[in-house]
Amino acid sequence: MQKEIIIAGFGGQGVLFGGQVLAYAAMDTGKDVTWIPSYGPEMRGGTANCTVVIADHEIGSPLVKNPPLAIALNLPSFDKYESLLAAGGTLIVNQSMVDRSAQRNDIHVIMVPCNEIAEEIGDKKLMNMVAMGALLSALPEVSVKDVEKALEGHLPARHKHLLPKNYEALKRGFEHAQKEWDKVPA
Amino acid sequence: MPKELWKGNEAIAEAAVRAGLEAYFGYPITPQTEVLEYLSRRMPELGRAFVQAESELGAVNMVYGAACTGVRVMSSSSSPGVSLMMEGLSYIAGTEVPAVLVNVMRGGPGLGNIAPAQSDYNQAVHGGGHGDYPRIVLAPASVQEAIDLTVLSFDLAEKYRMITMLILDGAIGQMMEPAEMPEMKPVHRQDFDWATNATMGKRERRLLTSIYLNPLDEEQTNLRLLNRWKEVQANEVRYKEYFIDDAEIVIVGFGTAGRVALSAVRTAREQGIKVGLLRPITVSPFPTERLSQLTGQARAFLVTEMNMGQMLDDVQLTVRGRVPVEFYGRPGGVVPFPDEILNEIKRINSAPTAGHTDARDAWLTRMTAQV
Repeated sequence: MQKEIIIAGFGGQGVLFGGQVLAYAAMDTGKDVTWIPSYGPEMRGGTANCTVVIADHEIGSPLVKNPPLAIALNLPSFDKYESLLAAGGTLIVNQSMVDRSAQRNDIHVIMVPCNEIAEEIGDKKLMNMVAMGALLSALPEVSVKDVEKALEGHLPARHKHLLPKNYEALKRGFEHAQKEWDKVPA
Repeated sequence: MPKELWKGNEAIAEAAVRAGLEAYFGYPITPQTEVLEYLSRRMPELGRAFVQAESELGAVNMVYGAACTGVRVMSSSSSPGVSLMMEGLSYIAGTEVPAVLVNVMRGGPGLGNIAPAQSDYNQAVHGGGHGDYPRIVLAPASVQEAIDLTVLSFDLAEKYRMITMLILDGAIGQMMEPAEMPEMKPVHRQDFDWATNATMGKRERRLLTSIYLNPLDEEQTNLRLLNRWKEVQANEVRYKEYFIDDAEIVIVGFGTAGRVALSAVRTAREQGIKVGLLRPITVSPFPTERLSQLTGQARAFLVTEMNMGQMLDDVQLTVRGRVPVEFYGRPGGVVPFPDEILNEIKRINSAPTAGHTDARDAWLTRMTAQV
């Protein structure tokens, strides 16, 4: 088993942290995992992305050209990864930040209004966890429970009071994606 | 110890601390800065020396001074910064004191860029400072290996009184992987019989120098270094093999290029191609003996690097034309994707290579057509 995931968005949207939480969840459940950020000058104010590879063997390349899974938190990331996604793959799109629908029909595009859902929970910064929850609907190797445990185990102590809202965000994202999947013709 | 998710650069810093690093001197440069940043917090916490020098020139000479006292000392930088350190490195080599230097390589030459590259292989393995001197060069391909080799580098540097370099590209410096740290070791200052660590009026004075004005003395020094290098070659070669047992095509790649090749090898194996991977961990000393053995088994070698073919020369010197050697590289800070290497494997598998074409020339022709 090997799965590659790219998470992309603006700097400040929690792209890198989201990927780390996923990496912790994979590690804590005994899998091999790599997390690698884009660390170039684009980090400063522009787009940021990270690649997470999860496998049950020694991981080779930490980077992937055509990922089977991706999260696009803004429009530039949607534009970029819709074209790069592997055929049959799943792209989670933050619907709150894009003004167009999907163009490809050989991939699954799951639209999630991450900002609105996060604001309903009471903290717009939870938007990355809403998207993460949605991603997990297409990543059976890692469960929502695994990510919850990873958050609990690795979130700095000063942020522990935020755990319940993070769990809520994961759950809402997962449930929203499930409803979208139900609409996909079998 | 349980596994934790460590970023390559920070893992190297913590591993050095646990190996008993007593003094660090450095200067910030991407993609290495986290080593320095981490140690700027960690070293004072432990009452150990941390200095952000005025430049890499300052840093390497501080390393030189500390090394003469026999304490565990290191510096780290990235390509342009390491170039600045080369004079100091030569002095350290000539004085026969142990020191560890980490180069988190980036695209070059010149200012280049900050993307992952393996462009300093030749500088580390063959060149760098002036004069005749061998040095140990380790090339980790994962965060765990970076930790293990950091610890090893201090032991090797002290055992052979020699510079030990770690060369890794920005990708390994920046990536996070689960890894296990060694136990924290208390600082154990060894009582080296050469260290200029103050006589306290109790012993004869010692002299450490790299000046041998009489050429015959310098010649003796050079030969002493070479004899010591023979021991390193006999005892310290390290490499890792993947799918090599029945491999007819053998890829040779180190660091990130090596692990990207592993992905390609796995896919090729699924397609029934008998391909394996030899990943040198010590690029100096080079795994010459093993590679030479493999010429009896392989019908072709493919060298993959993130440069224009630097280790390629060492492979060719070892293979000596017995088997065709091919090359695939991405210089300038470009990390190859596995499918690029897979295409090369398929090409070599389906069309036996002529063997008398220059590997680099043939690659350049293919690249020019492609880009």
